[in-house]
Amino acid sequence: MAEKVLMKGNEAVAEAAIMAGCRNFFGYPITPQTEVAAYMAKRMPKIGGTYLQAESELAAINMVIGAASTGARAMTSSSSPGISLKSEGISYMAGMDLPALILNVQRGGPGLGGIQPSQSDYFQATRAIGHGDFHLLVFAPSTVQEMVDTTFLAYDLADKYRMPALMLLDGILGQMMEPVEFKESHKAHMDDKPWAVGTACVKHEKNIINSLYLQPEQLEERNFERFKRYETIKKTEQRCEEYLTDDADVIVVAYGASARIARNAVRAARANGLKVGMIRPITLWPFPEKAIKDAAKTAKAFVCVELSMGQMIDDVKLAIECSRPVTLVNHTGGVVMTPAEVLTGIEKAYGGVK
Amino acid sequence: MQTVFQKPKALTDVTMHYCPGCTHGIIHRLVAEVLDELNITEKTIGIAPVGCSVLAYNYFNCDFIQAAHGRAPAVATGAKRANPDSVIFTYQGDGDLAAIGTAETVHAATRGENITVIFVNNGIYGMTGGQMAPTSIPGMVTQTTPYGRDVKTAGYPVRICEMLATLTGTTYAERVSVDCVKNVLAAKKAIKKAFQNQLDGKGFSIVEVMSTCPTNWGLDPVKALDWARENMLTYYPLGVYKDNE
Amino acid sequence: MARVTFNEDECKGCGLCVNACPKKVLALSTGKINKKGYRPAESVHPENCIGCAFCAIMCPDTVITVEK
Repeated sequence: MAEKVLMKGNEAVAEAAIMAGCRNFFGYPITPQTEVAAYMAKRMPKIGGTYLQAESELAAINMVIGAASTGARAMTSSSSPGISLKSEGISYMAGMDLPALILNVQRGGPGLGGIQPSQSDYFQATRAIGHGDFHLLVFAPSTVQEMVDTTFLAYDLADKYRMPALMLLDGILGQMMEPVEFKESHKAHMDDKPWAVGTACVKHEKNIINSLYLQPEQLEERNFERFKRYETIKKTEQRCEEYLTDDADVIVVAYGASARIARNAVRAARANGLKVGMIRPITLWPFPEKAIKDAAKTAKAFVCVELSMGQMIDDVKLAIECSRPVTLVNHTGGVVMTPAEVLTGIEKAYGGVK
Repeated sequence: MQTVFQKPKALTDVTMHYCPGCTHGIIHRLVAEVLDELNITEKTIGIAPVGCSVLAYNYFNCDFIQAAHGRAPAVATGAKRANPDSVIFTYQGDGDLAAIGTAETVHAATRGENITVIFVNNGIYGMTGGQMAPTSIPGMVTQTTPYGRDVKTAGYPVRICEMLATLTGTTYAERVSVDCVKNVLAAKKAIKKAFQNQLDGKGFSIVEVMSTCPTNWGLDPVKALDWARENMLTYYPLGVYKDNE
Repeated sequence: MARVTFNEDECKGCGLCVNACPKKVLALSTGKINKKGYRPAESVHPENCIGCAFCAIMCPDTVITVEK
């Protein structure tokens, strides 16, 4: 029988990771995600897992590399500037085809920025997490329950496609408390990893976990093969929620915390007789291009709601090939928009016509 | 007649790419002999660095992970914590361990990670063409100290064994050399102890192996051994700096 | 009785073995060049070999096998 518990976002993800089979957490304190580390520090020793407070976020991602190479499920968590520190390690993980879970509880930036929430690491997560041609699976849940559900999905897809997964949260989602249900379906699906090193995995001759390919033809081939996997993912793993979009003239696109705010504005707009809907991406990579492109067939305008200077808006424009006007309602630096501000943006998109 | 010396099983038949007379080859062989003698090759994971020995994974018959520059001790930490039954060793040069990787080195030691670190110190960055290393000695001419290392602007070399010996977490730290047969045999003993310590769960062991770089020192291999003996070993005395039995 | 044999094509002619041998058994070949273009080490006074394996201990490329 499923139990409903009131949990803080950061802690719920940690618990979900443990239930998904993660026994290796390497982290470092940084606001607003330190609760993940603190929770892991309490839970891991009790279940024979490893909690290690690394000397830096940079060391932590390299510890994830070590653990993941042995076939274990590993995790690290940080916030914006700390994720920048992991950049090198994440690029290596992509080149080594290593699965693991990385959590970014975004805060204001750039630089040391602020400790209040933002969504200004969208570009980093989907385009520029590290050098070289590669992508991460990027997930953007918007409720604590969805954060739990997504953790299992993230690990399963990371293992299936042999790549790192990043869950893009923000300070609001990390800190908020909501009821969470841990269901029967929340199980660890752990398959054999014939490529792994060490003694804890399938018996093997000799495995090398490596990203160095000095022969250009070989390195190109590795990239081509990886992008074939990415193509499969783009075809089959796009996820989003469509809310009141069937007859919508204006579509709001928002993820995570800003989607929660936008949903209120969409309801208010509908109450005022405006035909508005929302597409809420749940995967940011692969971006839900199909749903957005389909919506552009009938919708007349799009409004992006972001806690940034406008980053996801580029992907919306690309998805619809700039066929419709796309506008932005935004705040950044830790300032959070109100539903009223979003409603104003929606009305503007209508040309001010009610 | 019996064979009294042959290539250890833990070494592959892949031709090593190192320069003629480069002591990496000797040190690789010593590690491989130890893996054979302790019969641990099958459960060993080597962590390769960035540097001349980046391709170390091609030369050993055990599992390997190729780590980012300096990060090997952190990768080793993650692997050992996740898979304590395996034997984990890092193999790092002076740039990898004593420059970019200093934090990872110090913290793996102070945490007392049960791993084995092989530190190859030749006072120069070989792979990138002979630049100054943190372990280059004062006055040493390199590509980035063309007038000799000036301590006023480039500071003093770092003595890793001495430094790590001050940490409670360090179990065993010994500096050895491969400049002559006697020292090579002593180096092997130290390396074997560093692996045995891990098998016995004794904690962090590091063997600093004084080495040569004939190509970038601009000396033939035999003269390079002499130069190491006369100049490097005076600055980096051989010996045991820590040994928590 | 002792003998050293060389995997000639793997030798890089570094000379560490020649320098290490206490019995002056070895020298870098003067007439021969191997597949890599190096002058490989060889036994020029095999009768003096005592099988100490000093040469093999110093060889970075594990080119030498020692029999006794």
